Amino acid sequence: MNTILSIVPIQYYIILSAILFSIGVMGVLTRSNAIIIFMSVEIMLNSVNLLLAAFSTYHNDAAGQIFVFFIMAVAAAEVAVGLAIIVMIYRNINTIDIYNLNKLKG
Amino acid sequence: MNVVIALTITGILNLFGSIFSYRKITPLLSIIGLTTAIVFNSMYWNTNQSFFNHMMVVDNYAVAFGTVCMVLAACLIIFYNRFMGDNDHHLPEVLSVIVLSVDGAIVMVSYTNLLMLFLGVEILSISFYILAGLKKKDLGSNEAAIKYFLMGAFSTGFLLLGITLIYGATASFDLSVISEYVKLNSTSTNYLLLSGVLLILVGLLFKVAAAPFHFWTPDVYQGAPTIITAFFATVGKIASFGAFYRLFQMCFSPIVNEWSGVIMVVAIITMFIGNITALQQKNLKRMFAYSSIAHAGYMLLALLSHDYLGGNAILFYSIAYGISSMSAFIIIHIIQTQTGTDEAMGFAGLVHKNKTLAMITAISMLSLSGIPLTAGFFGKFYLFSSAIESGYVLLVCLAVINSFIGIYYYFKPVIESYFKDSITDDVIKLKSVETILLIFLSIATILLGIFPGLVPAI
Repeated sequence: MNTILSIVPIQYYIILSAILFSIGVMGVLTRSNAIIIFMSVEIMLNSVNLLLAAFSTYHNDAAGQIFVFFIMAVAAAEVAVGLAIIVMIYRNINTIDIYNLNKLKG
Repeated sequence: MNVVIALTITGILNLFGSIFSYRKITPLLSIIGLTTAIVFNSMYWNTNQSFFNHMMVVDNYAVAFGTVCMVLAACLIIFYNRFMGDNDHHLPEVLSVIVLSVDGAIVMVSYTNLLMLFLGVEILSISFYILAGLKKKDLGSNEAAIKYFLMGAFSTGFLLLGITLIYGATASFDLSVISEYVKLNSTSTNYLLLSGVLLILVGLLFKVAAAPFHFWTPDVYQGAPTIITAFFATVGKIASFGAFYRLFQMCFSPIVNEWSGVIMVVAIITMFIGNITALQQKNLKRMFAYSSIAHAGYMLLALLSHDYLGGNAILFYSIAYGISSMSAFIIIHIIQTQTGTDEAMGFAGLVHKNKTLAMITAISMLSLSGIPLTAGFFGKFYLFSSAIESGYVLLVCLAVINSFIGIYYYFKPVIESYFKDSITDDVIKLKSVETILLIFLSIATILLGIFPGLVPAI
């Protein structure tokens, strides 16, 4: 398996994941559409998945790949709840732009 | 792992409540399930068994924190009839989500593998997203749910990246392997490991609502149904601190110098932001949200202690804070349904409306502000002394100043209820079981304030 890592070294995976993760973070911080923010969170999680798989190959240890499955399963559960919340909001205010949600202030 | 099994079965049985029409008894069922789980849990005292292929170890620490979380959840379910009002037909499902989220709390305080930490955090958080949005038609509740959800998912990303980087450095998710690795390599600087630790720190600071990662807390606590806010502020926070302390004490104590600076700065900012912003709040739920941020700042002090003193201190503080906070939120909920206002003036003349309630308010506020003869005093005392023994004198001085600031806003409801006249003279009537529960919580607060030895050492 380590032949892959001899072609593309582990540092490249770390840099790629860091870039993807940063794109996700920027998306969460700058966008206002709830679905797009949500998508950015998924990009963050998937960059972590990529890095886990790479480290798993690097260490010759299957635990990292098992962890990826757990992340996928939990992310699916999170999608179910998150989309339900977004639908609930859309029914009430007919938009999913989060800047319209500013009722709570102190 | 009988506790997890008992809680899961209770949760599933609750879910069937609507189908097989035994919804009326689901609160009773949940209480019985939680009691069974508490009994199972206390049987693990002093056994140190490990479960699920060393994924979880039930040591005294886990037993103590698990019991606190389950008792608080049981107190909450006793107030089940006040949850929703119009939305009452979802009662079995709501109770099921609450019971299952306690499952997550149990996992969070007894994990020995980072996978279980992640699963525990997610089980707890996903249940909380649902609970925050329980009032489907209420815009405040909607806003709380989406804010909690987006920020929670965001912080999970940081937690996961941290776990991954630590895996990259140590080649294992197991806490004992990681702690061995950290011990062996504590002198050399390992950037992969250090950035992993910092990212996990960010993820967990989000979960415990410490500044500068606290901005979601006031909105979520204000928007969610009050009784659910009580759940977030007690069980959520205690379980997160249980996980936090366990990880950093078990694994990363050899490199304490690398992260203690971050914790110190975060603790100071958290205490000041929490207390000073709470002074300006009119809405009581928002005020208590900021107060819970300030309490998170105090609890961070325990992470800095070098020995197991910190564990005992954080346990005692969790119990004291959990009990007083729970009764404070329940009273706010009662006042809110009675007078229709979230503000401190709703408490005006409470002593004429219901003497017991006024007294319980006073006791829980005294405990939250840390006045002697209440549990809150000894909670703060243990925390501060553990921090002083580790040499953080300046930090403790700042913490003491902050607890003085806290007294001002904690006394607002007390002054209102004893010295102001109310607009109406309606007598507030409570069910006897609710009164008994509140009195029980107050008695526990005072008993722990006089005999702090009642909480066993872990």
